[in-house]
Amino acid sequence: MTLAVFFGCTFIAFGPAFGLFIFTIARDPLRIIILIAGAFFWLVSLLLSSLIWFIAVKASDPQDEQLQKGLLIFGVMFSVLLQEAFRFLYYKLLRKAIEGLVALSEDGCSPISIQQMAYVAGVGFGLMSGAFSMINLLADALGPGTVGIHGDSQLYFLTSAFMTMVLIFLHTFWGILFFHGCEHRRWWEIVAVVIMHLTVSGLSFCNPLYVGSLVPSYLLMAAAAAWAYLLSGGSAQNLRRFLLCLRSEASPQPGS
Amino acid sequence: MITFMNNSDSEEEPCNERTSLMSAESPPVPSYQDGLQASEAGEAQAHRKRRAGSSRGPNNIAGGETSGSGVPVRESALENEEEELTLKYGAKHVIMLFVPVTLCMIVVVATIKSVRFYTEKNGQLIYTPFSEDTPSVGQRLLNSVLNTIVMISVIIVMTVFLVLLYKYRCYKFIHGWLILSSLMLLFLFTYIYLGEVLKTYNVAMDYPTLFIVIWNFGAVGMICIHWKGPLQLQQAYLIMISALMALVFIKYLPEWSAWVILGAISIYDLMAVLCPKGPLRMLVETAQERNEPIFPALIYSSAMMWTVGMAKTDTAARGPSQQTWDAAEDGRQHLRSPSHAESQMSEARSPVPTRPITSLEELEEEERGVKLGLGDFIFYSVLVGKAAATASGDWNTTLACFVAILIGLCLTLLLLAVFKKALPALPISITFGLIFYFSTDNLVRPFMDTLASHQLYI
Repeated sequence: MTLAVFFGCTFIAFGPAFGLFIFTIARDPLRIIILIAGAFFWLVSLLLSSLIWFIAVKASDPQDEQLQKGLLIFGVMFSVLLQEAFRFLYYKLLRKAIEGLVALSEDGCSPISIQQMAYVAGVGFGLMSGAFSMINLLADALGPGTVGIHGDSQLYFLTSAFMTMVLIFLHTFWGILFFHGCEHRRWWEIVAVVIMHLTVSGLSFCNPLYVGSLVPSYLLMAAAAAWAYLLSGGSAQNLRRFLLCLRSEASPQPGS
Repeated sequence: MITFMNNSDSEEEPCNERTSLMSAESPPVPSYQDGLQASEAGEAQAHRKRRAGSSRGPNNIAGGETSGSGVPVRESALENEEEELTLKYGAKHVIMLFVPVTLCMIVVVATIKSVRFYTEKNGQLIYTPFSEDTPSVGQRLLNSVLNTIVMISVIIVMTVFLVLLYKYRCYKFIHGWLILSSLMLLFLFTYIYLGEVLKTYNVAMDYPTLFIVIWNFGAVGMICIHWKGPLQLQQAYLIMISALMALVFIKYLPEWSAWVILGAISIYDLMAVLCPKGPLRMLVETAQERNEPIFPALIYSSAMMWTVGMAKTDTAARGPSQQTWDAAEDGRQHLRSPSHAESQMSEARSPVPTRPITSLEELEEEERGVKLGLGDFIFYSVLVGKAAATASGDWNTTLACFVAILIGLCLTLLLLAVFKKALPALPISITFGLIFYFSTDNLVRPFMDTLASHQLYI
């Protein structure tokens, strides 16, 4: 509830994502447009899922706690499925866009590949999802108050920030995996992404038992990261070369 | 507070017209039409053109026609190449408009969230005479519709008046009007804004310092906007006066009237720019006929201007790209008819370097960019600012409106690239913005609040 909490949580939640944005996306106008369009698609999916949840809640009895809880679970799951459906729609749109870019280009190849688009689309989804989860919290963190004064967890802001960060990363990797699955017709990759997303959202029901939600989410993120790295052409050798700052023909030089 | 709002019509002026989006080149050169393409834009059209261009190439050359026909082939192929060069920069132009629109919105939202003055109700403009303080919903709705009718009529009358003045070449009157309105914006509104910001942060400033600051700000602004100045400084001033105007609207337009006015003005913009007798369309066409740029005080230009010196080095850079393009064409034609292609290529290549250099030089001396009317900036910022002011402290609504407006602008620029004529920039963005404002405020907010209270993530 001070400036320190505000800046700390902002940088925890959005620092890596802004780093990714600045170093990989901000230079290329095409990627910025794809990023914002990805954010828009996520927003539309959220809108539709909120509409369904809202109608369900209004049509039900507001006093029945169990029913409201059940409707909330249904709302969360439906929203996850709708987000993945919109990711698929965005994939279709980007495929068409690549054909247009190829036609417009001088040398018959598109200035951006579908893998790069997958990465940028993932970051777009992630940033928008993170922003919607976190921005109201950050605005409240600037104001007066005591966290958890009524007996809730005192780590609310911190864990929210960490959860947002892991979600942004997960969306990025899911974007890469999903588009790869769509490109190469490997449906099991798509199903794996959907199941992972449902798992992470379902795990958040363990909150405030943060061990149950944060730790598995980070493990899933590591797994998704490794899988996405391998699918993008990475390998253990590439990683070793990068970390040791080796060049392919020169002698090995110690990395800094 | 109400009195100075009543006085001149010129305050309305920057927001009336120029709610249209057009490409920068005022003298429309037909073959190098202002094609600014966003990435997915015009694929069918350009695809067709490119196919036509490249299929004409090998046919003519393989058919062994005279080098006379080789030159027209080169010309059409050159047109294609220039179009493609323009298309390559299409995404860059979209970003060149995203940045100022974002900056204007950030200024407006930051002010609204921090300076309470602009969210306090303190009377209404005379352009919205009906009050919304009535108890019944129906009466309130009726009053807001009547306010909208009055406001839109005022805007229509002003725009038609401006177009008539322009048509009958009363340039002095128009310039006087524009100078008066920018004087008011740059001095009076800035003074009020600065005063309120200083009050909010409890900073004391003496009158001599204030006078010097406002005088310098205003004088440099007048020079930059109406005469000459560094492009970025002019852009910064235009963004600032749009933000100031938007803040005035946010403060003085009553709640429901503001939303109805936003909807009505995008419909008006659509009709004024696209209908054959629409005032804005007539303004743009008259300006293009006379080969004059439209008043700089009303348009934000994102032009990248190259000097003649740079054009020479650029053509040196273009030279190799032209050669590589030739080589690519060569490669393709080699596959079809090797012997014919080689001989025709070698003799057709000599006229090639002269042709593109002169035409590219001409192109590079013109401004290449997109222009967006200041009215568009103002109304985008009014929408986002209203969302920030009235959405019950919710930042998600503001963010959603922001993304919606940017996507609307992107789609409008796509259409601009396809249709290549002046287009209204308000309708798509404002429609998306309104849809997202109402749906996010009423549907998404309860959902996200419930999720946040249970710390659930989707």
